[in-house]
Amino acid sequence: MASEEESAVKEPLDLIRLSLDERIYVKLRSDRELRGKLHAYDQHLNMILGDVEEVITTVEIDDETYEEILRSTKRTIPFLFVRGDGVILVSPPLRTA
Amino acid sequence: MGLSFYIYERSKLGGVIGGGLQLFFSYFKDLVGREVTVELKNDLAIRGTLHSVDQYLNIKLENTRVVDQDKYPHMLSVRNCFIRGSVVRYVQLPPEAVDIELLHDATRREARGG
Repeated sequence: MASEEESAVKEPLDLIRLSLDERIYVKLRSDRELRGKLHAYDQHLNMILGDVEEVITTVEIDDETYEEILRSTKRTIPFLFVRGDGVILVSPPLRTA
Repeated sequence: MGLSFYIYERSKLGGVIGGGLQLFFSYFKDLVGREVTVELKNDLAIRGTLHSVDQYLNIKLENTRVVDQDKYPHMLSVRNCFIRGSVVRYVQLPPEAVDIELLHDATRREARGG
């Protein structure tokens, strides 16, 4: 068990500190999502992630039916620096009880 | 010269240069000379040798080539470039230049300082 100071969440960034070395979910601008292991971050939410899976979601309109078709493109990157100004939200790993 | 050296330098100079924390500035300085791929917010991806970086994470690349040359033929003749930090979306890092333990330590130190 970590000391109280280490584990307490007093400000929002503490939640991210506790996610160090854990797989997190990051939602980015321009319909991008990342899942990867958090290795470093700073107060701008610049980050270095490892074993990253990026999903880009694009909407296409069917020419005839005008239906919206969601298409997601996946790729993996071993190590990625992410600039913080594109970050919309960061979610810590889901803890399974 | 490692990351820890630059963090030491930062703590020494922190007050003078506005007290900014600069984990990633230090990290990228250690990366100088390595091949990286910089992805911009307009989806252009440029691969090249990292020549230098500054506190805004502006980046200068040498021996550059655009990853998707068919899509960006007008970039064919660009061999060196300066990239404004604010237009960067990602930098793909060479795995051999990522010391996970060092990054964790530096991040915890940065979190305490901030």
